[in-house]
Amino acid sequence: MDDQTTSSGLVTADGQPLKRSLQRAERTRKLTALALVGPLLAFLLVIFIFPIGQMMWRSVDNPQIVNAIPRTLEALQEWDGEGLPDEPVYAALAEDMRADAELPRREQWMGRMGVRLNYELSGARGAIARTSRAVDEFEPPFKEAFLDAHRNWGNPELWQILEREGRPLTASYYVAALDREYDSEGKIVLRDENRRIYVSLFGRTLALSGIILFLTFALGFPIAFYMSTLPMRYANLLMICVLLPFWTSLLVRTTSWIVLLQQQGVINNAAVAMNFISDDQRYSLMYNMQGTIIAMTHILLPFMVLPLYSVMKNIPPSYMRAAKSLGAKPWTAFRRVYFPLTLPGIGAGGVLVFIISIGYYITPALVGGQSGRMISNEIARHMQQSLNWGLAAALGSMLLVGVLILYWAYNRLVGADSLKLG
Amino acid sequence: MKTRTMTALGAAAAIMAVGGVVKADDPVNMTVVSWGGAYTESQQRAYHDPYMEANPHVTIINDDGSANALAGLRAQAQAGNVTWDLVDMLPSDAQLACDEGIIMPIDHDAMLAPAPDGTPASEDFLPGSLGECFIPQIVYSTVLTVNHEQFPDDKQPTTIEHLFDVENYPGRRALQDRPGTNLEWALYADGVPIEDIYDVLATPEGVDRAFAKLDTIKEHIVFWTEGAQAPQLLADGEVAFATGYNGRMFAASEVEGQPFDIIWDGQIVEWDGWVVPADGENVDQVMDYLYFATDTQRLADQAKYISYGPARASSAPLVSTHADLGIEMGPHMPTNPDNYYAPIVLNNDFWADYGDELRERFANWMLQ
Repeated sequence: MDDQTTSSGLVTADGQPLKRSLQRAERTRKLTALALVGPLLAFLLVIFIFPIGQMMWRSVDNPQIVNAIPRTLEALQEWDGEGLPDEPVYAALAEDMRADAELPRREQWMGRMGVRLNYELSGARGAIARTSRAVDEFEPPFKEAFLDAHRNWGNPELWQILEREGRPLTASYYVAALDREYDSEGKIVLRDENRRIYVSLFGRTLALSGIILFLTFALGFPIAFYMSTLPMRYANLLMICVLLPFWTSLLVRTTSWIVLLQQQGVINNAAVAMNFISDDQRYSLMYNMQGTIIAMTHILLPFMVLPLYSVMKNIPPSYMRAAKSLGAKPWTAFRRVYFPLTLPGIGAGGVLVFIISIGYYITPALVGGQSGRMISNEIARHMQQSLNWGLAAALGSMLLVGVLILYWAYNRLVGADSLKLG
Repeated sequence: MKTRTMTALGAAAAIMAVGGVVKADDPVNMTVVSWGGAYTESQQRAYHDPYMEANPHVTIINDDGSANALAGLRAQAQAGNVTWDLVDMLPSDAQLACDEGIIMPIDHDAMLAPAPDGTPASEDFLPGSLGECFIPQIVYSTVLTVNHEQFPDDKQPTTIEHLFDVENYPGRRALQDRPGTNLEWALYADGVPIEDIYDVLATPEGVDRAFAKLDTIKEHIVFWTEGAQAPQLLADGEVAFATGYNGRMFAASEVEGQPFDIIWDGQIVEWDGWVVPADGENVDQVMDYLYFATDTQRLADQAKYISYGPARASSAPLVSTHADLGIEMGPHMPTNPDNYYAPIVLNNDFWADYGDELRERFANWMLQ
């Protein structure tokens, strides 16, 4: 009897060891919890995690060249990388092109390879398209036939690109997204000055988001403070004023800003009518950075006001009275007692506003002109117009990682558990 | 990405829902993708309505997705769920889609109606307009347009050169935010003969020259992205010049009565037309529709509603008056000899080869 008690520890009333019984109860609880969050988890996996994974995969995926010209790539292994390759490589290329033309259209790779190569070298697409139409009539020596068909086959750069990019994964989208390119020796160097876009655009996106963050804070803090001191009835009225634009369609709000801000718009007309400015000196309030800043500050203001308000509402007014009764001047009491208590709200509002504005694109596209554009406008352009999805995916992944790093830094400096979203 | 997953889910649902075989006279829903606005309206009245009247079992559903047609076609092909039956798109994108095998090759003489006098389709359509997978409908052009109220009567701009002459023709200029058309005009205004423009633009010096010319008006430029923005900016008096599609400019000036003058000098001419996505569900019905909608009379009819030129030579003499306004449409067509005196025909081969590089350069230039 004694032995059994010591070996299995405590038992429950029905003779089961307590440990196992507790474990079982715990397991049921965990399963219930999982069943409750399960649908949302599955939804997130399908709609959120999986597409992000796909995006990241697409930023390095490089199937076009390996699938289009396997024989040529094999023949290219003999090539020393200097000048032009020899006849066997061109013969293999002719064979690859003929084999590709035999395939059903949906399975052909030549056209896709042309599009892919054109990202690296202008004119490559034309070279592939024109040559693959003529390749049936080619006779040995193939090298001459190819050189006659298109000048690019005599360009060593094209062959270097084929050798470098002739593998299933590529870093070249990231290289391009960092405004860099490969030089003739295969080293990564900065791009020609007049083709650099993305690094400065990332910088501008961060700067604009920072300015918008500061403005929403500067405007939102007093409003939230005032609302928190009002009796409920009036506070609710003000709250509706904050929320009403929040419930209005984004496009409607943006277009309203266009009506207000344009050179023949309400603000300029009023300024001219009141003789602040003459008719030919109208302010340029939009189609530039100001437009983006003004419209986005307005659109994102509720994201700052709401968390601030909910935090301020819960700060007992007695704290300020206590500070004052202990001899603090109103400003000192505010600075030393009240303000530190609002920090969780500032943190939450700040993170929300900053992260949302980093990824914004409709408003900058409509009111930002050239200087008010952000990185997401470039991503959208590559998704929809230039159709360079690999580059769009690389830019998108960099943006995602950037936001994660910022959030991590915020967490280290302030602590994410101090966030208070309302 | 999100939409891809969604369409994949939709595909599964659709496969489960369809099940049986569709018979010829069962109701058919045909999704036709086009550009929206006045353009879709013109197709509705010239093609869709008469076709649906003759074929009561067909319902045509309009989708305004043409601005991103290639992206949509790719996504549908990759998800294996082709929901578009017929797509209106530009020939450059059509060539890409054709190379990728996601739209059907077209045998023009076998699939399309001959001209009334028996000329086969391949000879009736304007030279150079037919593509491997592409059936042209219209000729449109990108034109420079001015708001004539912004200039004194004796000093109205009339040429592309005036677009680049800020001193004599002050005011802001609305240009599209892409290199195509802008670089051509910069060189044309800088004195390059029309037939040499693309040769010059293919050289690094030529590109530098075009950007240097654009630099001279840079601080006066407002960029537009969507086709509807250009006439809006011009009507609001935000800009004095705007580039835009001639049909939209026609609609603004003639239908809405805006004080616009189109400058036909250096108009940039291009085709627009139909492609058929591969593996669509209603291919037979779509081919039947195309035979009808691209015949001589139908193409001429479309010109009653919008000022784009029909792509068939035999349609030109049949172009009559605007259906609602009653004005002669001839003088508003880009291809009218009075307007076609200095056209730049958009070179799609050039843009296929140099587009990627020039787009980057242009984006960089815009950001500077």
